[in-house]
Amino acid sequence: WQDYSGDWSPKDTVRRMQRGKVCSLERFRSLQDKLVLLDEAVAGHDGNVITAVLIFLKRTLRREILFRELEMRQVALCHLIHFLKEMGEQKFLLDLLRLCFFCLSLQLSQYREHLNIQDVEKRREFLKGCIGLPFSAEDTSHIQDHYTLLERQIIIEANDRHLESSGQSEIFRKYPRKASILNMPLVTTLFYSCFYHYTEAEGTFSSPSNLKKTFKIPDKQYVLTALAARAKLRAWDDVDALFTTKNWLGYTKKKAPIGFHRVVEILQRNNAPVQVLQEYVRLVEDVETRLNLATKYKCHDVAIETYRDLKDRIQLTAYKCKVERGSADEEKINSILNNMVRNTY
Amino acid sequence: MAAHLSSGRVNLTALREAGRRELREFLDKCAGSKAIVWDEYLTGPFGLIAQYSLLKEHEVEKMFTLKPGRLPQADVKNVIFFVRPRLELMDIITDNVLREDRGRSPQRDFHILFVPRRSLLCEQWLKEQGVLGSFIHREQYSLDLIPFDGDLLSMESESAFKECYLESDQTSLYHAAKGLMTLQALYGTIPQIFGKGECARHVANMMIRMKREFPGSQNSIFPVFDTLLLLDRNVDLLTPLATQLTYEGLIDEIYGIQNTYVKLPPEKFAPKKQGEGGKDLPTEPKKLQLNSAEELYAEIRDKNFNAVGSVLSKKAKIISAAFEERHHAKTVGEIKQFVSQLPHMQAARSSLANHTSIAELIKDITTSEDFFDNLTVEQEFMSGIDTDKVNNYIEDCIAQKHPLIKILRLVCLQSVCNSGLKQKVLDHYKREILQTYGYEHILTLNNLEKAGLLKPQTSGRNNYPTIRKTLRLWMDDVNEQNPNDISYVYSGYAPLSVRLAQLLARPGWRSIEEVLKMLPGPHFEERQQLPTGLQKKRQHGENRVTLVFFLGGVTYAEIAALRFLSQMEDGGTEYVIATTKLINGTSWIKSLMEKLEPAPF
Repeated sequence: WQDYSGDWSPKDTVRRMQRGKVCSLERFRSLQDKLVLLDEAVAGHDGNVITAVLIFLKRTLRREILFRELEMRQVALCHLIHFLKEMGEQKFLLDLLRLCFFCLSLQLSQYREHLNIQDVEKRREFLKGCIGLPFSAEDTSHIQDHYTLLERQIIIEANDRHLESSGQSEIFRKYPRKASILNMPLVTTLFYSCFYHYTEAEGTFSSPSNLKKTFKIPDKQYVLTALAARAKLRAWDDVDALFTTKNWLGYTKKKAPIGFHRVVEILQRNNAPVQVLQEYVRLVEDVETRLNLATKYKCHDVAIETYRDLKDRIQLTAYKCKVERGSADEEKINSILNNMVRNTY
Repeated sequence: MAAHLSSGRVNLTALREAGRRELREFLDKCAGSKAIVWDEYLTGPFGLIAQYSLLKEHEVEKMFTLKPGRLPQADVKNVIFFVRPRLELMDIITDNVLREDRGRSPQRDFHILFVPRRSLLCEQWLKEQGVLGSFIHREQYSLDLIPFDGDLLSMESESAFKECYLESDQTSLYHAAKGLMTLQALYGTIPQIFGKGECARHVANMMIRMKREFPGSQNSIFPVFDTLLLLDRNVDLLTPLATQLTYEGLIDEIYGIQNTYVKLPPEKFAPKKQGEGGKDLPTEPKKLQLNSAEELYAEIRDKNFNAVGSVLSKKAKIISAAFEERHHAKTVGEIKQFVSQLPHMQAARSSLANHTSIAELIKDITTSEDFFDNLTVEQEFMSGIDTDKVNNYIEDCIAQKHPLIKILRLVCLQSVCNSGLKQKVLDHYKREILQTYGYEHILTLNNLEKAGLLKPQTSGRNNYPTIRKTLRLWMDDVNEQNPNDISYVYSGYAPLSVRLAQLLARPGWRSIEEVLKMLPGPHFEERQQLPTGLQKKRQHGENRVTLVFFLGGVTYAEIAALRFLSQMEDGGTEYVIATTKLINGTSWIKSLMEKLEPAPF
């Protein structure tokens, strides 16, 4: 039987709300009714109405019961999370996330919260707490890495700030730091370490080799980053050492996990002197690329030698106009050309 | 003046008029002088419905942007807030209202206009802050589908894709259905509905239910649309990821078109005066409106960029010749005629100058090594080459720390063209991205996986080659100058979504049942009853009109492809396009990225 305030069923109430009519939900006391209300709202797709019903349920249901029912109603769960975020109800949200573990994306929702924590120590603690959550194996290792990285960065930052202010370290005096290392990506941290802590032994947290080992940084990435850092410091000997290996006979040879044309690029960007640049242009495997780079960066020796090896008289002669008149390079070209002529007879 | 809206097969001015009428009615309700406080997000879309002149006619004297603090001084009787129903905006409004000087006289009346819908949540929030009672009129303005051009409608709902596919929130689908009901009220019930995708199914269901629940909506308007085709964006995840190669597509990719406006670097647009040096170069970006009302633009917008140059040079010759006519005018009559055409010729010349500058700007980018390398990799993936290995170019770009969105577009493209990446390859990319750009990007990568854009290959088999071959998505022989197929818009790749539309019209989807099953979501057909006497009798040779609704976003290249189909000789169908949002690969991926800056307190 109906009275004037309207004894609408849960279904009809939802319909009325969808049409923008204000409805009091207080009438629905039983859990059964409340759940029907929620399910009808979800079926209607109007986010507005779903949230309004959730507000009512949040107020009138015991938490455990609400959470339990939401575990089976993904759509409603998502709406509630969204609502709690907008209203800034951190605590309720975290409680919800802690109790609803079946849904994988919730772990990430919790992880996301770390961005709202400004204090680094608290953030580190928070990340530590995230590691235990049931992430996928992949994500777990990334979050573990994130935590470890931040932990290291905090230590490095504290030490370096001290070093810098004491004025006793030459490198910090010459190249004062422009920003803190906290919360920077791994590769940026590696660059920083190769810049300021290159010679440190593997035992310290700030040494490049320690970073490489701890985070399993692939050779390619490591070499590229170390190269960029040492080139910036114009430490050409260090660059040399990066690519030099001793084979079993004790002979040294140069090799790189990246193409040498990339090495040349990076060196050139850091204004390396021609003598240094030349060494690496010489090592570029592809002849055409080698010639392009040699010509572009005026590595005359390499260009001349390459043309000589190709026995290309014409190009070699043409190259003369690229070198200074009367220079040693010109003499070199002439002598090679003469030899070529002699050897054809 | 709505030349651009009435140029198509369906006159969309009626839709805009309906929007204006509703706006006028509300403004008149708040009698007397008024000031409008705008939610910034709404100013763009509103500008497509009504200009300031219309507002002025209804006593709008001042306009302000919504921001916290005290409202600016203005001697008006009414202050109206035009806002989206979002809680953070309610906070700002509350701040404004509480700081209002109650002692001032005359007192100002407050009103709120929610766009597109009132919100119980927002009103509850205002009530809890104690300010709900301060508002006299609280109404909604149902701005769902906004007409952008004679054949284009958009809801401009930025978050629709994310909400539907990531957050299981179908509110935007509800708005889409409402928008379609409005369209049907103006243009007649659409007799046939086809769809592919989960969201498409939901929208169709909602439409049918709404029709049942509002029996008064049965109208006697002769149906303008023959067919409605609802398509989920996730049926075709590939197309938005590829770089668009039409003129309008490239403008959007490089500079971003907002509500038909584009902002361009000013240097090329400085007026060149004889004898003056380069002093006083403008610093404000040059803002241009781009729609079909501009003749030249209508002609070149949908062409492949490589075909634009020749059109511009031909135009230059025609315009030069036209101006030369003045030397040939001998009689007073001829001079008079020349003078009367002058404004039109000057507009044409200015239009040509603008587009020549834009084309130069674009050419600088498209001829760069980086653009070329990027495009090469895209085309390799789309034609099915090496999609199962780690790609060197992508690795190099990560190593050189290119913008993250560029990397994401490429890896997602590879993933989609491979039906998901092998676990080893995926892990490799993820690792490199997280190590280079930061671990917090796990959140974005997770979103991309949820959306189906960057995921592991689950079934162990790659469906893409079959789909590509059956639907003829990769065409080796592309004629960019005089295209004969829609694949010209990507210089080789035919947008999957548009192919589906094309095949639906002829010969019908039965011919591609197998392929349709490989694409996500159900496909269906519904019929809506038309009142007797309104059954459409098509004239011989008259084209059908199909409304294609992209749920989750559409690119300008796809729009160009559909326009190409419309003007094909004996194509049989003309298309009108509707969407939740106009997108390009960059804006689309951006909407899926987690906002990483913590909220300011």
